[in-house]
Amino acid sequence: MAIEHVDLAVQPGELLALLGPSGSGKTTFLRLIAGLEAPTAGRILFGEEDATRLAVRDRRVGFVFQHYALFRHLTVAENIAYGLRVRPRRTRPRDKEIRQRVADLLDLVQLRGLDKRHPAQLSGGQRQRVALARALAVEPRVLLLDEPFGALDAKVRRDLRRWLREVHDRTGHTTLFVTHDQEEALELADRVAIFNRGAVEQVGTPDDVLDRPATAFVAGFVGEAVRLPVDAAGSWIRIGPHQVRTPEENVAGPAELFVRPRDLVIARPGADAIPARVICVRRSGTSRRAELSLSDDLPTVEIELADGRTVRRGDVLPVVLATVRLFTSR
Amino acid sequence: MRWMLVALAVGFLALFLVLPLLAVFSEALRRGVDAFLAAFTEPDTQAAIGLTLLVAAIAVPLNLVFGVAAAWAVAKFEFAGKSLLVTLIDLPFSVSPVVSGLVYVLLFGAKGLLGPLMDDWQFKIIFAVPGIVLATIFVTFPFIARELIPLMQEQGTAEEEAALTLGASGWRTFLTVTLPNVRWALLYGVLLCNARAMGEFGAVSVVSGHIRGLTNTMPLHVEILYNEYNFVAAFAVASLLAGLALVTLGAKSILEWRYGDSLARVHRH
Repeated sequence: MAIEHVDLAVQPGELLALLGPSGSGKTTFLRLIAGLEAPTAGRILFGEEDATRLAVRDRRVGFVFQHYALFRHLTVAENIAYGLRVRPRRTRPRDKEIRQRVADLLDLVQLRGLDKRHPAQLSGGQRQRVALARALAVEPRVLLLDEPFGALDAKVRRDLRRWLREVHDRTGHTTLFVTHDQEEALELADRVAIFNRGAVEQVGTPDDVLDRPATAFVAGFVGEAVRLPVDAAGSWIRIGPHQVRTPEENVAGPAELFVRPRDLVIARPGADAIPARVICVRRSGTSRRAELSLSDDLPTVEIELADGRTVRRGDVLPVVLATVRLFTSR
Repeated sequence: MRWMLVALAVGFLALFLVLPLLAVFSEALRRGVDAFLAAFTEPDTQAAIGLTLLVAAIAVPLNLVFGVAAAWAVAKFEFAGKSLLVTLIDLPFSVSPVVSGLVYVLLFGAKGLLGPLMDDWQFKIIFAVPGIVLATIFVTFPFIARELIPLMQEQGTAEEEAALTLGASGWRTFLTVTLPNVRWALLYGVLLCNARAMGEFGAVSVVSGHIRGLTNTMPLHVEILYNEYNFVAAFAVASLLAGLALVTLGAKSILEWRYGDSLARVHRH
């Protein structure tokens, strides 16, 4: 995947998520930082130092691979110690110090007692933690994680996610991680960089990208939005046969309206309310949602239902748009 | 039905593999153990055994280096002409051994392309030990590379990349990551390579010149003895080769049984 015009400044100590659909260039970007790919143009700076032409081994990055890439013939302890043992004699810590460091890291990743195991004898979550400990052992200037939870089941993912945040807060490493799971990115990261087709669409806090999407792509990608084709004119937008007032006055002509389940609220019947027909009602996790049709020629939208509200298929609900996310059609 | 198939397979194996093997040993021991052992006191036989060991001792380590280098290049790097290299590695398998030998005669023989040059340098390749070594190297080249390439490809480059990010040099990465990951497949390849190096007949026969006590390897010596109606000696030397085959087979089975998952699954000889 080629990437172009990516200008991303990472703050020291920050936990930054690179979020995007598969093939959007986020992993390529991570590998460029690590030096596993060479850029044809552009620069990579670590602080003031230009690392663009620096060899991988001299960059001092900690890289956690998607499938961990643990050394299969070495034990857990040997895996973690690898980065210290391959140092030239001048800078290599003494054996005793290496052993101490490995023991400390095993404590940090909560794997004490498993030091003699081989990778094949570990569960996915344990391998993931060994990979992290191995990357941390070399005291990297930046920690890079490629889909760190991609190969794990849902429960382990959630536990490890929280645990990774704790480790980050304790060790303070500048960390970049790649994910295609927006829930993961929004929960874990200080800031999120949204990738699309080899470019960064927006960089911001989870609140920024959720509440103030900079582009139509971001608005559509995060927060399970449905995209509705509309016509905008001044302070009015036309959604199918319906006219709705909008605070967004900068958009005119054919536009796209992004509607998330929380953007719609049920109102008393009134001038601005849109009559919406209930197609079906279903559960999504702990919440209950109704699928609504605003008009026969528009995609259906979802609305989150309050507990205790009974809604049946075929009902017509008056709804209003609480939040308007409007972008000019491209 | 199943038993019939099994009986058929076992019968076939017995007829074509076990019976000839038994014949070799029984013929070798027909005149008793003394006659059998006497065959090995013959100076020409000892020279043939010595030459075979020498050729294997040169060819196998060289092919170990070539094979590992070729497999490393093919499996872990992208470069132009890679598929051509893979085809070339397989060439000795597809070419008749006799042709392989002939190539060296045409190259280095008295009337060969480089023959005059060899004359000037007073260096004999054809009808001498260097020719036998060259032919053996050529014929046994694919064994180690072919064993390693699929396994190395299957293992991918992630572990190597991990080692590099942890600060290891390319050479160090090779020694501590790439090589240990293929060690059993490598041993397996060396065993096969060695068995073939010691047993090769065709290519060696063309370049050797069959000079007794000088350029006769064990397989060639067996043929000479047999043609001289010296059956006990011929089968005695043959039994040594058969013994080598059995040892190789045993070691190979142990490797497969013990380290099956660290050998390549894709490809088997």
